[in-house]
Amino acid sequence: MTYPDHSKNIVEIKNMSFSYFKDYPVLKDISLNIHYGDYLGIIGPNGGGKSTLIKLILGLLKPNSGSIKVTASSVGYVAQKTNDIDARFPVTVYDVVSMGRFPQKGLFKGLNKTDREIIDKALAQVKMTNFKDRLIGNLSGGQEQKVYIARALAQESQIIFLDEPTSGVDEASRHDFYGLLKKLNQDLGITLVLISHDIDMITREVTEVAVVDGGITYYNGKSIPVRFHH
Amino acid sequence: MGALLITMVNLFQYDFIIRGLVAGLIIAIIAPVIGIFLVLKRYSLIADTLSHVSLAGIAIGLLLGINPLFTAIAATTVSSVIIDKLRLSRKVYGESALALFLAGSLALAVVLISISHGFNSTLFNYLFGSIATVTSNDIITISLMGFIVLISIILLYKELLYTTFDEISAQVGGINVKLIDTIFIILSAITISLAIPTVGILLISALIVIPVITALQFRKSFLPSIFIAQALSIFSVVIGVVVSFYFNIAPGGTIVLISLLIFAIVQFLTS
Repeated sequence: MTYPDHSKNIVEIKNMSFSYFKDYPVLKDISLNIHYGDYLGIIGPNGGGKSTLIKLILGLLKPNSGSIKVTASSVGYVAQKTNDIDARFPVTVYDVVSMGRFPQKGLFKGLNKTDREIIDKALAQVKMTNFKDRLIGNLSGGQEQKVYIARALAQESQIIFLDEPTSGVDEASRHDFYGLLKKLNQDLGITLVLISHDIDMITREVTEVAVVDGGITYYNGKSIPVRFHH
Repeated sequence: MGALLITMVNLFQYDFIIRGLVAGLIIAIIAPVIGIFLVLKRYSLIADTLSHVSLAGIAIGLLLGINPLFTAIAATTVSSVIIDKLRLSRKVYGESALALFLAGSLALAVVLISISHGFNSTLFNYLFGSIATVTSNDIITISLMGFIVLISIILLYKELLYTTFDEISAQVGGINVKLIDTIFIILSAITISLAIPTVGILLISALIVIPVITALQFRKSFLPSIFIAQALSIFSVVIGVVVSFYFNIAPGGTIVLISLLIFAIVQFLTS
């Protein structure tokens, strides 16, 4: 692969503000650039606006003022393990990874041989090929999150947002999971944006950190003096 | 058993039985396809609400002398879109929107029924289902609309599956979730209206939901779950129609009771 051009922005946020209710801004006058190939960690206190910021970048919420520009051709999202997804849902690992191809195909078109090769490759990249026929609800927390990473890979995402992806995942699987993320960032050049409460993990794993507490404090490099502004 | 077989053979001498069976089989094939998405979206209760809306639609049809199936389809389709918009607006809770329409449409139906005193027995058939209610025109409508529903679901299958499984990722990935939701809710409304003549307004939701939740107990993947639900649904409809004819009892209730019995057996065997 050609390594991504770090000088180009994959996400550009300019003077963006957002509030769920008038006069109670969650995020105020935020500016942030995420570059191609970054591995950005987002930390901050509960209620500081981390998840809101991600929802705004993903287009799930609209800013009240300012602008957000995403130049990536495809965006992946991995939610918290315990959130949103029904573990009893009757789909196999292969079905879930296939979903990554669905938006690429457009309406009324089925998957072809190329799609199936991409799905097989994504499964192999996260080392889940042997589990492809297993129901998603029969996996451990760490395995399940790897499947969602494979789905984002099948989607050929240039950037993947991960919201507390390892909450409720055991320590050994966590280590394995972050090893996988590092590989995706370093070997495939995929931009990663990781929300976490785990400051130790963030300082150990990521290359950039943004502290979100109503506004953004942006640090380059791993050694960061993290102070929350209450 | 022998008597039952003779009854089955004798059944096909009657045109109305054949019409009832054909209508029932079409519903048995379509209902689980819609039902599996409704159940997994935690939206089973919309089937119940829309069936009550269809009562108002039927009352309007009977009052105006129009085929009640058409007015039921129109009423449920319009209501389904409004319910979905209310739910998505987040101004009203999803289940509150359902309650509003359930109560409102039932009130409208009661008022319309009280205005016209002439269609009580016909209305009774629509409420609880009667094979005799299914006309040749109904068969044409049910076949045509059923085909449209099935083809639409097949064509939108991958988008429906993704949005049902993980709405946010589907939206982030680029799928128009709102459009898919609207189309699906309209298809649900049509299916519910089509099932009225066979199982009746008060029991439609059971036929849509019970075979699906029974099939889900087998813990298979998505398509096999649909096929199992369809097989259970077809079995319930055929046996329900035969038994109801044999014992001269209401087919809708019989079909639903057989579905429930299968659910209980499967639950026992898989627990």
